[in-house]
Amino acid sequence: MDDFASLMAGFQVALSWHNIGFMAIGVVLGIIVGVLPGLGGPNGVAILLPLTFGMDPTSAIILLSSIYWGALFGGAITSILFNIPGEAWSVATTFDGYPMAVQGRAAEALTAAFTASFIGAISGVILITFVAPLVAQFALRFGPAEFFAVFLLTFCSFIGMGRDNRSKILASLCIGFLLAAVGLDSISGDLRMTFGSMELMRGFDFLIVVIGLFGVSEILLTVEEGLVFKGKKAKIDLKVVLRTWAGLPRYWATLLRSSVVGMWMGVTPGGAIAASFMGYGLAKRFSKQGKNFGKGEIEGVLAPETAAHAAGTAALLPMLALGIPGSATAAVLLGGLLVWGLQPGPLLFVEQKDFVWGLIASMYLGNVAGLVIVLATVPLFAAIMRVPFSYVAPVILIICAIGAYTISNSIFDIWLMLLFGVVGYVFKKLDYPLAPLVLALVLGDRAEDAFRQALLGSAGSLNVFWANGLVATLVVLAMLLLLWGPISDMIGAAGRRGRPIEAKAAE
Amino acid sequence: MTHSSETEPTPRGLSRRPVERAVAAILIGLAFVVLYDSYGRGAGWDNGPENGFFPARVGWLFLAASLFILVQSFRSPPEGIFVTYEQLGQVARVLGPLILFVALIQPLGIYVASTIFIVVFMSIVATSRWYAIGLTAVLVPLICFWVFELQFRVPLPKGPLEAALGY
Amino acid sequence: MTKHWLAASAIFLVGATPVFAWEPTKAIEIVVPFSAGGASDQMARTIQGVIQKHNLTSQPIIVVNKPAAGGAEGMLEIQKSPGDPHKLITTSSGIFMTPMATKLPLNWTDYTPVAMMAQDSFVLWVNAKAPYQNAGDLMAAAKKASPPMKVGGTSSKREDNLIVFAMEKAGGTKLAYIPHNSGGQASTQLSGGHVEATTNNPAEDVANWRGGATKPLCVFAEKPMTYTEKVADGKSWADIPTCTSQGLDVTYTMLRGMFMPGKVTKEQQAFYVNMFKKVSETPEWKDYLARSALMPDYRDGEAFVTFLKEDEAKHARLMSEAGFMAK
Repeated sequence: MDDFASLMAGFQVALSWHNIGFMAIGVVLGIIVGVLPGLGGPNGVAILLPLTFGMDPTSAIILLSSIYWGALFGGAITSILFNIPGEAWSVATTFDGYPMAVQGRAAEALTAAFTASFIGAISGVILITFVAPLVAQFALRFGPAEFFAVFLLTFCSFIGMGRDNRSKILASLCIGFLLAAVGLDSISGDLRMTFGSMELMRGFDFLIVVIGLFGVSEILLTVEEGLVFKGKKAKIDLKVVLRTWAGLPRYWATLLRSSVVGMWMGVTPGGAIAASFMGYGLAKRFSKQGKNFGKGEIEGVLAPETAAHAAGTAALLPMLALGIPGSATAAVLLGGLLVWGLQPGPLLFVEQKDFVWGLIASMYLGNVAGLVIVLATVPLFAAIMRVPFSYVAPVILIICAIGAYTISNSIFDIWLMLLFGVVGYVFKKLDYPLAPLVLALVLGDRAEDAFRQALLGSAGSLNVFWANGLVATLVVLAMLLLLWGPISDMIGAAGRRGRPIEAKAAE
Repeated sequence: MTHSSETEPTPRGLSRRPVERAVAAILIGLAFVVLYDSYGRGAGWDNGPENGFFPARVGWLFLAASLFILVQSFRSPPEGIFVTYEQLGQVARVLGPLILFVALIQPLGIYVASTIFIVVFMSIVATSRWYAIGLTAVLVPLICFWVFELQFRVPLPKGPLEAALGY
Repeated sequence: MTKHWLAASAIFLVGATPVFAWEPTKAIEIVVPFSAGGASDQMARTIQGVIQKHNLTSQPIIVVNKPAAGGAEGMLEIQKSPGDPHKLITTSSGIFMTPMATKLPLNWTDYTPVAMMAQDSFVLWVNAKAPYQNAGDLMAAAKKASPPMKVGGTSSKREDNLIVFAMEKAGGTKLAYIPHNSGGQASTQLSGGHVEATTNNPAEDVANWRGGATKPLCVFAEKPMTYTEKVADGKSWADIPTCTSQGLDVTYTMLRGMFMPGKVTKEQQAFYVNMFKKVSETPEWKDYLARSALMPDYRDGEAFVTFLKEDEAKHARLMSEAGFMAK
């Protein structure tokens, strides 16, 4: 209970007027950088960093971490309205969020996304508050084999055994893996599949591919139907927020599951991206509405958002406790800590108690402030759908181009984005699923690195993947999820005959 | 997708079949490129996988999947229209200006190119009045410049105009 | 007082050219060819903070991370912008090694050297619970290990990999080198017991050392480090013996410096030389050096170029011995 007293003291620090002011400024700025694909959390944090040198460390970190919350909230906005994920972890939000916007339910989708983010983030903060040291120790048990198993689990939970278009799912997955492999291979230190091209050497950045595949291709599909937005003009008022909230308790199972998945992935650290895909995949599999996923099901927005934010928040834990940044923004925050002479690591919790608890208290408050501010902007953002297409479309395309350019200051990347726009258009029309491609692109090289690191250590023996209880459990879980479809069919069939066959499940 | 053709008289357009086959053929081609590159660098197992090991295995899977898609398109040819000529025209009206925009970024800088893009795009779409077009074409790049260049200090490609103004 | 001395030395350094003949006219970009949070990134962000705190220029400083392709992305960026006086790049030995390992057309002579800020050491780290007391114990255990003992480091065919190769040669045994994406990751894997040892820089492992998760065995340098302030376990950096003294004859240090794109004017170069000279004299910079246990070794002008030439020749030799040169 010593910790609890410290937390209360932390709240007192964080609740001063000027700190609340910093929170509001940070969140608003964060939303702006989250909405514009050319800017990310790191930009916002980096710009404000110099301003914070004059402040006391607690105020400074409150300001900076509020940008982080704002950016996390803001990422969902473009995903839902224009099918353009501003950050990798909002990709899964587009799957159902954008269809909802098309059906005129943008405000509902935004409210759901923000609320889910909040729930996820708060569960992450609670985790940090109460079990920080314990969980940090658990994270240490993850070696390369365990990492690989986590990625495998993510793939299996998301892909499973679909019944339709298996060859197209496979082709799409392969393209993702191959795109991820282009560039420098970090294990051997050699270049792969660059064919002597300097531009390819950088590899395919995830955001460029996604802006093209999702954003640009969606605009091309939209104009086929005439040069107007697909979104119906919905009535927008703040009551939408209350109405959406009234419906949320029904989805408690999804929210809980995604929070747990997110916290676990954030700590392990599989990361927010893997968490969002896994949250979505599991919800699709276990929800009663699972079959409607992808067509504008609110649960399909709640699941990935909750998981991503639980993970994003929980990812701050390894940063504070171990000094490993979980994301680029967290890394810049880490840089900030160092400037003040604070050394993140196991001793931070002991040596800088006030600072750590002030930060944790600010996580609670920053998220509340963030939620209030973003909810207030729902009507504003939903109103964008009312602006005529001929105005909005060029602006979106220009912002997409800026976003693609800023990733590595290369005009070649804008051409790539355009190319992937056309590819996305053709693939969507031919029913190639895009989600497996994106998933493989994001996690493919990390999974491969982990696999090869594990084998380097074991001198090529595959036994490392069931060498201990943790990795074996993960691998078995992954296999179960992969074969969930056939297994549940089998159990169903067996149940009808009154003879359950459990033993087969282990295959 | 196949139902729409039953209700109304079939609109003229590019049918699905050749597109499906062409895409499958391109994918097969890519698979061969991947295999060529991977085996060129070593795709074996030398105390653990070599650096071409994974791309090569994925390449084989990819080849199999795309071959299957191609075979499938002959065994049960996909029905219907991929895109009608009318739709294609609409898409071209967006894609054309977009390509022009990207091509102009290098010589003119992204801000001037944006202005031209907005003017061309909005004139083609032709639902807006000239002053609305003008205002959008000037304001949007200016706002972008203010946000990215001045506030967030993200350097974007600039051309002769910006250079003349001292940026 | 120091200020007078600084100004005087700056004038002395650049000789006849007027010191403030050129001033930056827009934001200065520091390109870091590594990801955020790494040692190079920390150095760039410290410099950013120092410059802004002491108002060494009126223009803002932006740190940009370009880690793709083992840092080649960042180097290409500088290569692509000859004559741009608002770009700087932090460099390590990677400036020689990346082109050697990948055959990319990059060469430091195409850039303008500004200043060398420090040299970084490499330390042999093991898990705090490990039974090894010195490098000899570790190498003896490595000889018996099957499969080969796992040693972690950052990237492939780079500094850490070279050191591990040299350890194999000096110890006459095989080691399994496991490349990680960052020193922080390697350190975490070490504290989790997933590798037996790492060859991290002091800064990359200090947090875990202080937290009681890892411990240093020896430093890969000819002399022990100079910082005598206690860090952890009642030991200071200076208390870490050299590996050579423990029978493992491997030494390696790495430069940390700043470059500009090629084809900039003398005045522009002088401005930055002067600026970094000032940075290297600030108390914040000295704190940073002490915290990261970097060897203070400021060089500019000819002294820096001479150092670079020697260092490049040394790396060419090491890389070809290890078989890391691209074919």
